[in-house]
Amino acid sequence: MKCQRCHENEATIHYTQVINSEKTEVHLCEQCAEQEGYMNFNEDHFSIHQMLTNMFPFDQTMNHQQKVQTQESLRCDRCGTTYQEFRQRGKFGCSKCYQAFESYLDPIFKRVHGGNTNHVGKIPKRIGGNLHKQRELDQLQGKLNQLVRDEAFEEAAQVRDQIRKLKEEINQDKGGEA
Amino acid sequence: MTLQNFINDALSPWLNTEGIDNDIVLSSRIRLARNFEQVPFPTSGDTAAMEKVLQFIDQEFNQQTFQDFKQFQLVKMSDLKPIEKRGLVEKHLISPNLAENEQTGAVLISKNEQASVMVNEEDHLRIQLYFPGFELTKALEKAEQLDDWFENRTRYAFDEKRGYLTSCPTNVGTGLRASVMMHLPALSMTNQMNNLIPEINKLGLVVRGIYGEGSEALGQLYQVSNQMTLGKSEEDIVEDLKSVVKQVIESERRAREWIMEQLGIQLEDRIFRSYGILANSRVIQSKEAAKCLSDVRLGIDMGMIKNVPKTILNELMVLTQPAFLQQYAKKQLAPNERDVFRANLIRERLQLEH
Repeated sequence: MKCQRCHENEATIHYTQVINSEKTEVHLCEQCAEQEGYMNFNEDHFSIHQMLTNMFPFDQTMNHQQKVQTQESLRCDRCGTTYQEFRQRGKFGCSKCYQAFESYLDPIFKRVHGGNTNHVGKIPKRIGGNLHKQRELDQLQGKLNQLVRDEAFEEAAQVRDQIRKLKEEINQDKGGEA
Repeated sequence: MTLQNFINDALSPWLNTEGIDNDIVLSSRIRLARNFEQVPFPTSGDTAAMEKVLQFIDQEFNQQTFQDFKQFQLVKMSDLKPIEKRGLVEKHLISPNLAENEQTGAVLISKNEQASVMVNEEDHLRIQLYFPGFELTKALEKAEQLDDWFENRTRYAFDEKRGYLTSCPTNVGTGLRASVMMHLPALSMTNQMNNLIPEINKLGLVVRGIYGEGSEALGQLYQVSNQMTLGKSEEDIVEDLKSVVKQVIESERRAREWIMEQLGIQLEDRIFRSYGILANSRVIQSKEAAKCLSDVRLGIDMGMIKNVPKTILNELMVLTQPAFLQQYAKKQLAPNERDVFRANLIRERLQLEH
């Protein structure tokens, strides 16, 4: 079928409109449909929307009524985004939404990020402070365990000293903040 | 304006520089999604907040110089004509989504056009860096430095558990999207892409055509990028992508050798026919142009065509998009008129080389 507007291209958009029980059918090619405002060709929007509607798993542990009640009352107190809106749009409204919807996020993140829920990458220098040290501490603990297993006690003793020093620093920082 | 000047204006300068493995990987891109603390995301629709963000960026970063990327210039969507916005989209400096934010959308573009920072897209900042060829590690390193440069003067929304907080759950954590643009004509010719794409998807990476709709990749140009942003460090994300891209490069090289052995003169004929079409046609649709450009690029990489620069493919893929064609024609063009101007532009471009 040819496009009814330009009569040149193949019609790929078929649109049925019913106004006061009067039915009109429109057959257009993509270019004409876009120009006539029947649809907005933005692949990104389309695919992301599809992906997001698949992204939200239903929480099966709650019965329907409970679910509706909890979700209706869930609202971010900074930007006012409700959990319902978040689910529909697939977008947070502000950084505080992450706290407001915290109890629902793990399954969503797991699904999108291959089972992961926690960040392990870069930390901003300004906010980081103790967090950088905590990460380092975790790494050193792992190293110490490995060295002990390998019976490399001399090296292990050095790492143990590093850990002690780092722990002191973290405690001092905490004291300073309080 | 002469064609040469038009092209120089229309193309990002870095496109013409050589890069590693650039017979197959045309460019590498790193994108970081960042938001400011205490300010609602652009997705909340809070226009006053977005205006504040724009003002802040204007004051702090407009006309500032970052390393050898030179000066950043702030370009506001409200100051651009639709065709200019479309041109920026075709150059991949902004997203279609940003172009739609006419009131508060803006972009900081570095003088060499290697770095562009979208303001008030889905997130407050989308930091993007391009490098020619296969340069993901270097691109990540530079992107991190640029990120630090911004961070020095602001506070990002960051959570110890979730990392960098973004509007969309698909970007949370590192906010990092690393991607490469690959030219894969031999894998396409030998019908291997249909098997390869699901395999790559299984590894948590996304493959899609850069131009064209649906499964068809115009010009045999594909983008490969990471999907996961949470639970992996930036370095690991980039390393994992790199190792897959390396395998794809190897497969494409083997496929090129194979078609050369199997097809010989037939392949040479196909390539030179495509060259003939580009050099002589008077009317050409984008699909045919893309196919021929891909063939000619392959001919250059295989040493058959010598007097045409490698960059002809990415260059003409950008220049023959609707917005640039209309700038070149200096008027609005209907689709069939575009095909005439496209043919003209390609012919003239090839003549520049003689």
